[in-house]
Amino acid sequence: MTTELPADIQSSSSEIQTDKPSSNWLPPGLALQKVDERIMTLNVGPQHPGSGHMRLIVQIDGDYIVACDPDPGYVHRGEEKMAEYRNYITNIPHLERPVIHDSCNMLYPYVLGVEELLGIEVPERAKYVRVIAAELNRCIYIMYWLAIYGIFLGHSTMFMWPTGDRELLIDLMEKMTGARVTHSHFIPGGVRNDLPANFEEVCLRQVNYFEKRIKEYAAVFYDNPILISRTQNTGVLSRQDAIRLGVTGSVLRASGIDFDVRKKEPYDVYDELDIQSIVMTEGDAYARSKIPWLDMMDSCNIIRQALQKMPKSGSVRVKLKPNPKGKGLDTVYKRVESGRGSLGCYIVSDGKPEPYRLKLSVPSFRNLIALPYLLKGEKLGNMPSVYWSLNYWPVEADR
Amino acid sequence: MSSDSNKPVEEKPETKPVVKKPEEKSVELPKFEKDISDKIVEKFGDKVEVAFVKKDRVGINVSRENVHDVAEFIRDGLNYDHVESVSGVDYPQDNEIAVVYHIGSYSDPTLARQLLVLSTRAQREENPIPGNDATRLPTLRDIFYSVEFHEREIFEMFGVYFEGHPDNRRLLLPEDWADIPPLRKDFAIKGR
Amino acid sequence: MLKDLLTPETANVFVGKLGDILEKAIGKPLGYAINWGRIWSLWPVHIETACCSVEFGAASSPRYDIERFGIIEAFGSLRQCDLVVVQGTITRKMAPRLRLVYDQMPEPKYVIAMGACAITGGLYFDSYNVLPGIDGILPVDVYVPGCPPRPETLIQGCLLLQEKIKRMKARTIV
Ligand code: SF4
Repeated sequence: MTTELPADIQSSSSEIQTDKPSSNWLPPGLALQKVDERIMTLNVGPQHPGSGHMRLIVQIDGDYIVACDPDPGYVHRGEEKMAEYRNYITNIPHLERPVIHDSCNMLYPYVLGVEELLGIEVPERAKYVRVIAAELNRCIYIMYWLAIYGIFLGHSTMFMWPTGDRELLIDLMEKMTGARVTHSHFIPGGVRNDLPANFEEVCLRQVNYFEKRIKEYAAVFYDNPILISRTQNTGVLSRQDAIRLGVTGSVLRASGIDFDVRKKEPYDVYDELDIQSIVMTEGDAYARSKIPWLDMMDSCNIIRQALQKMPKSGSVRVKLKPNPKGKGLDTVYKRVESGRGSLGCYIVSDGKPEPYRLKLSVPSFRNLIALPYLLKGEKLGNMPSVYWSLNYWPVEADR
Repeated sequence: MSSDSNKPVEEKPETKPVVKKPEEKSVELPKFEKDISDKIVEKFGDKVEVAFVKKDRVGINVSRENVHDVAEFIRDGLNYDHVESVSGVDYPQDNEIAVVYHIGSYSDPTLARQLLVLSTRAQREENPIPGNDATRLPTLRDIFYSVEFHEREIFEMFGVYFEGHPDNRRLLLPEDWADIPPLRKDFAIKGR
Repeated sequence: MLKDLLTPETANVFVGKLGDILEKAIGKPLGYAINWGRIWSLWPVHIETACCSVEFGAASSPRYDIERFGIIEAFGSLRQCDLVVVQGTITRKMAPRLRLVYDQMPEPKYVIAMGACAITGGLYFDSYNVLPGIDGILPVDVYVPGCPPRPETLIQGCLLLQEKIKRMKARTIV
C-alpha cells in the first residue's frame, strides 16, 4: 500500500477478524463484528451505482477503508450443476450466459475441451473464423467495461462513446452469427455457420474505423487530468503480490508479469499470428484501466492478420455424431485468454453423453481475491475506481 | 452447409489422430512433463501416484495426509506459485470427494504452459453436516495464498471442511441455505 | 357568516373540503395531467440482477437512446425512482433484496420484467438457486420477452408501459 496511514489507523487495519472456526455457516458480513467505536461498517450494494451485482461490506475509519469483505453470489445460478444434466451440445447456450457480451470467449475453453475429449479435428478455416469472432467479442466486452468504468467515475462521455462505437462490432457479429450478444456460435467441431458473403471487406472497413475511433479516447479519457489524479497510485498491486494472489488478465499484466494464454499456450491458430501482450509495471488502477484499451488495438491487429491468412474457402464444421460421448473416464482442462484473463474449463467425463462434472475457472472470481487487499488503506472515494479496474464481471464470478 | 464439403473432413478425425498423436506423445512431447513427475516421485516415492502425463499437464494423486507436504515441495522445489482453479468432484461409489488443484507458474517462464493437477480425496459422509463431520482436508492456503476463495467455494458446494483455513464462511449460496451442499451427486435438482 | 367559521382551527377542514370538491369537478382532467407528467419521467432504479443488464445499458447508448422516450438512465437514488426494470435472473439471494428495494420506493411505482429469466426462469428453469419468474415477489406491469431482449424490444416494452399509465386512474390524493 502506498497510502501512508496515521499510526492509530494502521494498528486497527489488521486482518478481518475471523478466528472462530466454529462459526462455519456464518453469513458474510457478520465476521466483521469486533470493532471499536471509531470504525463504521458500510454496505455498498447490491443496489448502489458503484457496485454492480454484488455487495461490498467495507469498514471505514474517517475516510479510509480499514477492511473490506466482498459478498458475491447474487447471480449464482448453479451452472455447474445444470451442466451435469445436459449433454455436450445442449450445454452450449447456458454456458455462455455468464458473460453474454464476451460469449465466444466464454464458450471457447469448453468447446476446446469437448473437442479433445471426443477427438475431433477442426478444419483450418473454422479456426480462423473462431479467432476473428473471439477477438471481435473481446473488443465488445472491453468497450462495455470501459463504458461502465467511465460512468463509475462520473464521466458521462465515456459511457456514451464506447456504448455507441461498440454497436459497430455488434453489427459485425450479428452479420456473422445472427444474434446481438448471445451468439452460441462455437460448437465442438467448428462454428455453426460460414461467414456471410462480403464479410471480409465489411469487417476490414469497420475494424479500421473502429481503431481510429478508439484512438480518440486518449484525449477525452486517458489523458484527462481528473482521471489520472483519481487512478494513478491508487490500489497498487506489486509484482510479488500479483503472483501470490494468483490474479490474471489485465490485472496481472499491469503488475509487470507477461502472461497471456494466447502467447504462452497458443490454441487454435494463435501461434501463427503476431500477438503483443501489453505489459505495464506500475500496477495501479491507471495501468489496469489502460491495458484493456491497448488490448483492443492489438485485437484489431490480430483480426486484420487473421482475415489475410484465412483460407478463402473450405468447410467450417465437422459433422458430429448425434449425442456425442467421451471415451470412458477422462479429464481435460483447457484455458483461453478471455477479455478478463485466463479462463479455464475442467471437464470430467465418464463416457456418458453428459459431463460427469464441469468446472468453470473464471478470471473474475480469481481477481476478486485482490479486492480486499487493494482496498485496505484506500480512501472510500477511490473504491469505484479500484473495484472496476479489476475487470470484474459479477455474473461471471458467481456462475 | 453443403454435404459434400463435409465429407472429406469427416474422414480426417478417424485417420489422422490415430497416426499422428501417439507418435508425438511417445517421442518428444512429454519429456519435460515426465521430468516434473519424476522429480515428485523421486522425492516422495510411493506416497504419490502419477495419474497421467499429457502435453502440458501432469496429474498427481496424493492421499490427504501427504497433500500438504507435496504442495510445499511443488512450490519450493518446482517453482509453481499460484493455483488457477480448485474443483471438487463427488464420487459416491468410492465414498470419496476429490479436490483437484490446478497449479501454474507465473515466475518461471519455462513453466508457463504447464499446469500441475494435484488431486486428493476426502472421506464422504452419507448424511453431511458441513464443518462437523469427517469430510476434512488440510488447507493449502498457507502455501498457495490464491486458494482462499476457491476453498471457501468448495466448502459450501461440497461440504469439505479445510482445516486451518481462517475463513470457512459461505460465499455464493444464500444465507438461509439449509439443504445439503448442492454440487454433491445426491442433491437432485427439481424436475430431473 | 363565513368569516366566523374561518378560524385558524377550521381552516384545514375547509381547505380539505375544497380539495375534495375540486377533485370531483376536475378530477378527470387533473388525473390526465398527472399521468401525462408521470409518463415522461420514468426513472428506473439502478438494480442490476443478471446478464440482461448488458442490453439495458445498450438501450441508453447513443444508437437506441431510450432517454428520448422519457426514460432516464439508471443512476440515482431509489427514493426518486418510480420504475423497476428487473434485468434477468432473480436468485434466491437477490429476491429479498429486490423486494426491499421495491418497498422503499415511493408510490406510484411500476415494474417491467425483462428477459425470459424474469418471466419464467428461462434457461435456468431447473436450477436450484433461481426463482421461476418474479410474479411471486413483485406485481409486474409489462413483460418483455427475449434472452436477452434487444434494446428495441425493451423500448417497446417501455412504450407499452406508458400507454398503460395513460389509461390508469391517477390517484391524485394518496
Ligand atoms: S433472459 Fe437470458 S440474457 Fe436475460 S438474464 Fe436470463 S439468461 Fe441472461
